[in-house]
Amino acid sequence: MSIQDILLQQLANGLILGSFYALVALGYTMVYGIIKLLNFAHGDLYMLGAFVGFIALSFLSDYIGDGWAGIVCSMVLSMIAVGLLGVLIQRIAYVPMLSAPRLSILITALAVSMVLYNGVMAFTDGQYLAFTTDLNYEGVQLGNVFVTNTQMVLVGSSLLLMIVLYLFVHKTLYGKAMRAIAIDQDACRLMGINVNKIIALTFFIGSSLAAAAGVMAGTYYGSIHFFMGFIIGLKAFTAAVIGGIGSIPGAMLGGLLLGLLEAFGTQIPFIGTEWKDVFSFGILILLLVFKPTGILGKTEIERM
Amino acid sequence: MALLEVNNLALSFAGLHVIKELSFTVEEGSIASLIGPNGAGKTSVFNCLTGFYKPTGGDITFNTKSIVAKKPHKITQMGMARTFQNLRLFKSMSVLENVMSGMHCRSKAGPVGSVLRTAAQQREEAEIKEFCETCLKFVGLLDARDRIASNLAYGDQRRVEWARALATQPKLLLLDEPAAGLNHDEKQQLIELINKIRDELTITIFLIEHDMGLVMKVSEKITVIDYGEKIAQGNAEEIQNNPKVIEAYLGKEEDEIG
Amino acid sequence: MANFSDTLGEWLRPQKNRMFILLVLAAIAMLIPLASSNYVLEVMTNVWFYVMLCLGLNIVVGYAGLLDLGYAAFFAVGAYTTGILTSHFGVNFWLTIPVAVCCSACAGLLIGGPTLRLRSDYLAIVTLGFGEIVRIVARNLEITGGASGLIGIERPSIFGFQLNQIVHFYYVFLLLAILACFVSYRLQHSRMGRAWQYVREDEDAAEAMGINRVAVKLYAYVIGAIFGGVAGCFFAVKMTAISPETFMFQQSVLILLGVVLGGMGKIPGVIIGAFALVLFPEVFRGLGSMRMLVFAIVMLIIMLYRPEGIWPAKKS
Repeated sequence: MSIQDILLQQLANGLILGSFYALVALGYTMVYGIIKLLNFAHGDLYMLGAFVGFIALSFLSDYIGDGWAGIVCSMVLSMIAVGLLGVLIQRIAYVPMLSAPRLSILITALAVSMVLYNGVMAFTDGQYLAFTTDLNYEGVQLGNVFVTNTQMVLVGSSLLLMIVLYLFVHKTLYGKAMRAIAIDQDACRLMGINVNKIIALTFFIGSSLAAAAGVMAGTYYGSIHFFMGFIIGLKAFTAAVIGGIGSIPGAMLGGLLLGLLEAFGTQIPFIGTEWKDVFSFGILILLLVFKPTGILGKTEIERM
Repeated sequence: MALLEVNNLALSFAGLHVIKELSFTVEEGSIASLIGPNGAGKTSVFNCLTGFYKPTGGDITFNTKSIVAKKPHKITQMGMARTFQNLRLFKSMSVLENVMSGMHCRSKAGPVGSVLRTAAQQREEAEIKEFCETCLKFVGLLDARDRIASNLAYGDQRRVEWARALATQPKLLLLDEPAAGLNHDEKQQLIELINKIRDELTITIFLIEHDMGLVMKVSEKITVIDYGEKIAQGNAEEIQNNPKVIEAYLGKEEDEIG
Repeated sequence: MANFSDTLGEWLRPQKNRMFILLVLAAIAMLIPLASSNYVLEVMTNVWFYVMLCLGLNIVVGYAGLLDLGYAAFFAVGAYTTGILTSHFGVNFWLTIPVAVCCSACAGLLIGGPTLRLRSDYLAIVTLGFGEIVRIVARNLEITGGASGLIGIERPSIFGFQLNQIVHFYYVFLLLAILACFVSYRLQHSRMGRAWQYVREDEDAAEAMGINRVAVKLYAYVIGAIFGGVAGCFFAVKMTAISPETFMFQQSVLILLGVVLGGMGKIPGVIIGAFALVLFPEVFRGLGSMRMLVFAIVMLIIMLYRPEGIWPAKKS
């Protein structure tokens, strides 16, 4: 393959990886934007999304098969279930901690994450489960580069989800309330906005986007595992920071950018796939040190 | 001689000019004040002086050295101490421990010395304790030394903050609304304390205050700002008769009543 | 329960009573090997090992109030330093300890230096990323033995006497744990310890009092790293084999769990936490893969209902 083909192939790989990152990053950024909480359990919601989708699909496949129809239905089910779980987590674990010291709430979030992945581990015995679907490997040949239909559909649907989210946040009253709460919670309360409800809604949306990404990842990679949320949680956080944490377009941009960076990064001599994670964590650390506000984040008052 | 000299200080964030071209001086050994209506930018000026904000323009000279862009702890080390508008004590620690924090920058025992409890380290600990007890005695709180700071009455907590600031052995003491939340008697004591600090410890004092009565009683020089700009400067009498001040400050109070 | 801990707290107030308890406990710890099986010794050695690790992390989390999710990395640096130096270069074990101290301190400086001015949640993520980087590097390099790690690390000798039985290591780790307690205690009750507490309670006020918050945090970070590094050295020679999987994220979380469980910032609490960490799975062997789940649930409950941990808080 020529250099051009390699680059094109990596572009395709980067886009699909990036759209997963972006979907998960959105949840991070939304929750962070609204209550300034780093939800460590977010990556685990992605993992749970994949498992719920897996269970739903194994039931549904008897009726509607495990082609696209089954996948879409189980994705919707998974999004609802995990979204509700996200709200539940917020109610049980985060609401009582909001006035506690920052360290306590971080550790609580970590504990929630541990409960989720250890729970799944206990139930699956730590095994990989095969996420079998009826999708074939047909696709489009672009020069020497081959892109499967699945890949295109996945990238397309995550873009669709992001557009819907963007419209929701910017064109509806609920979205306006969300943005208002992110700026000043107390003022919103005085204005008669039901702040708790909006925060719960934010958790719901964020969690269900992660679940959607989880189901897509299961479909794409064909296997799921209790620890699959850990690395992507970290990566998605990186993506959210690249874009500017708290910014929704930033999370989308950051996710795609990180996906592309990783895809191309692995092509640089001496940075093989085994160094891929070091590469992106390295980016994260450098970014946090030198530009913690990211690309689209707001600059705060410069404090010494 | 001017201990503190502020020249054309400017601060803006997100396009909002909080402080505009502000200049004033604080003479060594004096008691000076900065006043202005709510939201005039007084605390922002303090935060620039103490290094918590980085000014966007201008220069601040303290004790003949420029302190712009220096970190807060460096500025404290150079001899400028502050109190906070809302109490910022180390709540779960004892009163004495709170005051000992001020001595941190005047002592130097490191981890190795602390683990080995060297003679120098033990001597230093004793010195810290002794000096901090002197500070507590100065503000009249020696009896409360072992109590947890947050269990003290509000007025006493304020005094712990003072003792803590004094323990840094400052040349200049910045007080951010020292009278806020105090009753009439406590305000009288406060005035005495301010004078005592200046006269007995020869520490220069610069304060921000809302309470005009208090400011007029203690300060020798008053700077008035409104919307981040200096509108008047002078002694108590001059300020009281300045029409601009009356308009900005007193006029506003009438509005509030009405 | 509350009543009991109150009376106990009251009784423990005088220095004399506390010293008495400590001596009794130390004597029991010293005598354990006389009357126990190899299995018990193995478990207890593990306890002392985790006491040291938890006390090290406690300096970072409990004293300075910084969440470190990559603590296993420092432990790994220590273990690999000893492993590499002894097996590739034939260096005497005891000489590798100062090298490991330097290496882990440098690792602490390297990661802490630029990142300690960050907000606490960013710092947590950075340390997590750093922990993963160290593990991946260990897995990918040749000198660290790749994914299979280092094997056949030589057991150390002291004055011609080789440490090769579990009872030897029991005493080594007990000594380390006592040393860790001693250092922690002295640090906590010093100018440094107070500075950590000031920064933990109110960073701005601490800075206004002339405390360099970044430097103070960096001290905590580096000292914590050294604890982990030294524990790693001894871990390497006790196990004679180390692999990258020992230093996974779960290891860091486990150590953190010990600190949180007993009570952050309190030495007896952290020791109890380390005990619980090691003994719990031994007692409830039947739990199998549910072990970590139970731990996680316990940690969540502790954070929600008793964030100060098992050990009671100091009363005024």
